[in-house]
Order: sequence, then C-alpha cells, then structure tokens
Amino acid sequence: MSVPTRPGGAAPPLPPLPLPRSPGGGGRQGRSPKKRRVNESISTWRLTDRIGYVLMWAAGLLLCAIGIGILAYMAFKGVQYLRPQLVLTSPTADIDQSSSGGFLDPLLGTILITLIGIAIATPIAIGAATWIVEYGRPTWLARLIDSGIEIIAGTPDIVIALFGLVLFQQGIFGWMSFTATGGAVFGRSFLTAGAMMSLIALPMVFAATREGLQSIPLHIREASYALGKTKAATIRRVLLPSVKANISTGAALGMGRIAGDTAIIVVLLGASLTLDPEGDVPGLNVLKGTGGTLTSYVYNNSPAGEGNAPQKAYAAAFVLLLIVLALNFAVDLIARSGAKTGLETSRLGAR
Amino acid sequence: MIDPHESTARTAQTTDEPANGTMPPPIRRITLDSQPTVALPPSQDAVAIANTGDRSLAAAGRPARGVAGPERMTISGLSVYYGDNHAVKNVSLPIRQGEVLALIGPSGCGKTTLLRTLNRLTELTGSARREGLITLDGTDIDSLEVTEHRRRVSMVFQQPNPFPMSVFDNVAYALREQGSKRPKKKVLEPYVVDALQRAGLYDEVASNLDHPALRLSGGQQQRLCIARALAARPEGLLMDEPCSALDPKSTNVIEELIVELRKELAIVIVTHNLQQAYRVGDHVAFMYLGDLVEYGPTDDLFDNPKAARTRDYIGGAFG
Ligand SMILES: Nc1ncnc2c1ncn2[C@@H]1O[C@H](COP(=O)(O)OP(=O)(O)OP(=O)(O)O)[C@@H](O)[C@H]1O
Ligand SMILES: [Mg+2]
Repeated sequence: MSVPTRPGGAAPPLPPLPLPRSPGGGGRQGRSPKKRRVNESISTWRLTDRIGYVLMWAAGLLLCAIGIGILAYMAFKGVQYLRPQLVLTSPTADIDQSSSGGFLDPLLGTILITLIGIAIATPIAIGAATWIVEYGRPTWLARLIDSGIEIIAGTPDIVIALFGLVLFQQGIFGWMSFTATGGAVFGRSFLTAGAMMSLIALPMVFAATREGLQSIPLHIREASYALGKTKAATIRRVLLPSVKANISTGAALGMGRIAGDTAIIVVLLGASLTLDPEGDVPGLNVLKGTGGTLTSYVYNNSPAGEGNAPQKAYAAAFVLLLIVLALNFAVDLIARSGAKTGLETSRLGAR
Repeated sequence: MIDPHESTARTAQTTDEPANGTMPPPIRRITLDSQPTVALPPSQDAVAIANTGDRSLAAAGRPARGVAGPERMTISGLSVYYGDNHAVKNVSLPIRQGEVLALIGPSGCGKTTLLRTLNRLTELTGSARREGLITLDGTDIDSLEVTEHRRRVSMVFQQPNPFPMSVFDNVAYALREQGSKRPKKKVLEPYVVDALQRAGLYDEVASNLDHPALRLSGGQQQRLCIARALAARPEGLLMDEPCSALDPKSTNVIEELIVELRKELAIVIVTHNLQQAYRVGDHVAFMYLGDLVEYGPTDDLFDNPKAARTRDYIGGAFG
C-alpha cells in the first residue's frame, strides 16, 4: 500500500533551487502595505520571449485595426450613399449615376445563388460526412472521399468556375441554361452557378458535420443499439439531431463564402446587371436565366469596372458586408446555443 | 424463505436517512469503485476494505430474497476473445426471472464483456469473437433478429448515457419504431410516464419533460437510462455497474428499483460493490481472469465460499 508522501514525511526535503529573482521582486516576502497581488513581471523574461510577446500583441492589434478599419470605412461610405431607394429599384445601364437605378436585382441574385448553393451543398456534405464517420468502409474509399473534398476546398474559385463552364456547356446539361437554336449550350445560369457554388460551401458543411459526429462518444451509439435500434435509426434520430448546431454553423459559414464569391458569378452567372429570365416557365425561368449579385455589381460599379458609379458600389458593398456579418453572427449564435444544449456540456466524457 | 420481518425492515429503511445506521456505511465510493481501470487483485486491500462493512447491518437493510422464477436465459460454454485475449473462458450460467444475478470479480475479469455478449453488443467490436451458446427462452440468440433480441434484453451502462435530447424524447425513442416519428407524443405520453415512474424518476421530472436530459444530475440521468431501457418492456435487464458513478442516495434508490423490478424481469447486475451484490443479488457469480470461479445463492457464497479465490476476494467481507 503506497502512502502518499506528505510534506515533512520520510523523504528529506530538497534544498531550494537557486532561481534568479525578479529585479522588482521581493514582493512575496512581507506584505506590501497596499496588499497588491504581485503578478508575473515581463521584465524577468528572456529577451526573445519579450520580443515575441510584443509581436503577438502587435499582430493582434493590427488585425483588430484592419477589421475595424474596413468596417468603419465601409460603414462611413456605405451609410453615406445608402438610400432605401437603392435597395428597392432595379439597376439600369446608364452612364448617369442619378438614373442608373438601385441594386435590387443583384441583392436578389445574391440571396438566390446563396440559397441554391447551400441547398445543394448541405445534403451532400451531411451524407458524405455521415458515411465517413459512421461507416467509412472500405477505408480506401473513405480516404479517397476525404482527399476529394480536400481538393475541392483547396481549388481556387476561378478554377471551379472554369471547370463548371466546360462541364455545363455539355449537351446533357442543356436544361440548366439557355440553349441556342443550333444546340450550343450557354452554360451560364443560376442553376449552373449555384451548382458550382455548392462546391465552395460543401467542404465547410462537411468538416463541421464530421467534427460534430466524431465528438459524439461511442457509448451514445451503443446506448441506442442496446435499445434494439438499427444503425440507420441511430443516425437519423440520435446522431444527426445532435449535430444540428454543427451543421448550421457549417452552412452559415458556407453561405458567407458563397455570398462573397465573385469569380463564379462572373464566369457562370453572366454578372449581368439585372436578372434575365430564360424560357417561360415561371420560377424555372429565373433559375435558367443569368443575373448578377452584389459582388459583381460592386465590381462593375467600382472604378475598376465599367459602370463607374463608386457611390453605389460602396452602398452595395456595405449591404454585402452586412449580409456576411449577419451570417457570421448567426454562426456565433448557433455555436453558443449549441454549447448550451449539446454534448460539450454533458457529464459524459469521451470514452 | 421470505421473512416478513426482513421486508418490514426494508420498508422502514427506505424512509430513513442512510446516516442513522440501518444500512451499511457508504464506503464504496472511495474504495473499490473509485478507479475501475486499475486491476484490483483479491488482495489484503480488498479484504480490509470489505471488512469495514458489517454483516449484520447489511442484513438488516437487505431486502428479502426473490423467488426464483423460470429460467429465461442460459449461458453455456461461453468464451469471448478479443484477438488473442481470452476475456471470458467457458462460462455457463443460468439467468432466472424473479431474481437478480450479481456478477462480481476484480477489474478486467470479463464481467462487462460477458454482459455485453448477452446483449450481443460485443459483436460491434471488430476484434471480438464468441464461442458457446446463449439461449433466450430456449432459442439460440444468434437466430433472433439482433434488434429484436436487444429490445427483449435491454442494457444499462456504467456511465449514464442519455441521448442529447429531452427527457421525454429519450424514453419515447425507445418506444417508437425504428427511426420513425410515430406514434405521436400524445399517444406515447402515458407509456413514457409509466416508464419514468417505474424507474422512480417521474416525480422529479414531471413538471418538465422537455428538459434536456443532459442537464439532469448523474443519478437522475442513470434512472432515465433505466427508464429508457424499461420502456420497451424488456424481459431481461443487464446492468453494468449502474451505480458506480452515483452517490449513496441515488445508489439506494436504484437498488430498491432493482429489487422491485426483479419480479417482472430477469436482471443481471455487474458490481464492484460486494455489499451491493449482497443486498440485491439472489445469486452471485464470482469471476476471475475470465473464469467463472464460483456461482451460488448469495448467502451461501458469502457465508461459505467454496473456492479459495472467492474466499480471498470476499474474504471477511462482512466481518
Ligand atoms: N473493446 C475491447 N477490445 C479489446 N479488448 C477488450 C475490449 N474490452 C475489454 N477488453 C479486454 O477484455 C478483458 C475483460 O474486460 P472487461 O471490460 O470485460 O472487464 P470487467 O470485468 O468489466 O472490468 P471492470 O470491472 O474494470 O469493468 C480485459 O482484459 C480487457 O482488456
Ligand atoms: Mg466493466
């Protein structure tokens, strides 16, 4: 039986290590009159540690400054030019800024493309993540899927856009976009752009879902099996509901990415000023048609583009920033509420 | 065999606080169970720990023995291997309705493995291999559909493991068909309430069945898990150290529950707490390194253990 050694036990106490004292030290001996707690002083640190410490602070402050700077500048410029009228009227091509309308269409375009992209990405990502975590056999296939998604995540959006253009100009995808009388497929539409946009959001939803599923301890699954439930029932009724917060977080992040993307809009959506429906089936015609989003609108109206209406560009950019910030805020909110009810606070540790 | 005085003693004890000496002192929390992963050979330690209990006190707080009913499950020649590790060696045991079978033995002797095999959960472990026959009401359990078998023989784990959903949904999940959302809440409510009542939890959660289960206390969570296991009206209940994470009071509640439930169920309980085995067990099986060393009625096994190893392990457990 081992008795824990107590201070003053059998072992003779070691002599104190000759450690250097802090120059301003001596505070621990005797009480200072003001009863101030003596904190660790940076002056005792090595020079390299001190430099590193200062650099870390500087980096943090710099990032803060950049973030606040962008926000403040955009808010200043945006609020200055933002009028309700701008959000409510469609743009028209006019060299005169006072009669070139607002950016209702691009705003709708952003919302539409974001919804299409996330609607395609989420189920696929959840399915892939669930398969990888809960089945994952054969291993080589799981690894293949994993690397596939990694490749998608690492591919620049302009490459994805060009790939999409080549892909959707194939005859079998003719139903997704405008097809000329000769049979040439245009390949640009909300559907095709949305499909490619889903690739941008997919890795984020996938990673979030997978992480969530992996954090569920094994004994939760066993508890379900022990009740005579099948694996499918366990996944549907226990596991996926538990990772709802993770899925929403991933989806919100992915939506932010879609809303902010420009390359796919320019290549695959036409980046036109207004929504240009295609065909006469209501609803489908918009999806089959081309259009633009806030990103392409900002680009076109910026000094770099041809519209040259920088004030409207600022206003639109501000709205876009608000949308993305709102999505980020939603992520935070979801993550926090997830922490309240999710597994993290449970008494069960991972096995 | 049923002594009326004993049962009155038990009823009296349920209303009393544990501190007034009608039941053994809650020594177990700080002793055998505190570190279940550390192998505890039947050493002087165990004897010394067990010695602190008092047999007469334990007997006073002990419920009457159950009346052995029909044999529901039979284990014959069961061996379980994890790869090369022979975890359960040629074990044969009967499991009867109306009584509680307590499995005791030092850590790592294969109790959990045996229990999980009865529920066919070992099959989920890739490296595990099983030999021997287990029957449920005379039918080889391998020939039963595995989900149906697990519904008939339910399991409660050492760690409380409620699902991250509401109290109601935890129980309702067990009642519903595979993955279905039907029947609706209204229809299920009486069954859920019944299961919670049988598990002795209902009064504490009645006001808020939509409360997230993970915010219940550990003891409440464990009773919720029992309610969940009972909801589908199983015929057998396997409990793997159900009280090891609980305080003496919750332990007491669950022990009473076990004694109550054995009338309708065949119960197997794994425990490191010899006093618990003595209190709730009608038969006790002592395992050592995968072998079933001794099996017999609780009183016989504790009074005059036949095997030397059993004697060493429980030796003087009650002074
Ligand atoms: N999943 C597993 N994979 C491989 N070996 C395992 C596994 N589970 C248990 N074992 C081994 O099987 C043997 C019996 O383990 P088991 O968990 O049944 O012991 P136990 O009697 O329940 O112990 P305790 O009282 O500590 O819970 C041990 O040697 C253990 O290492
Ligand atoms: Mg165990």
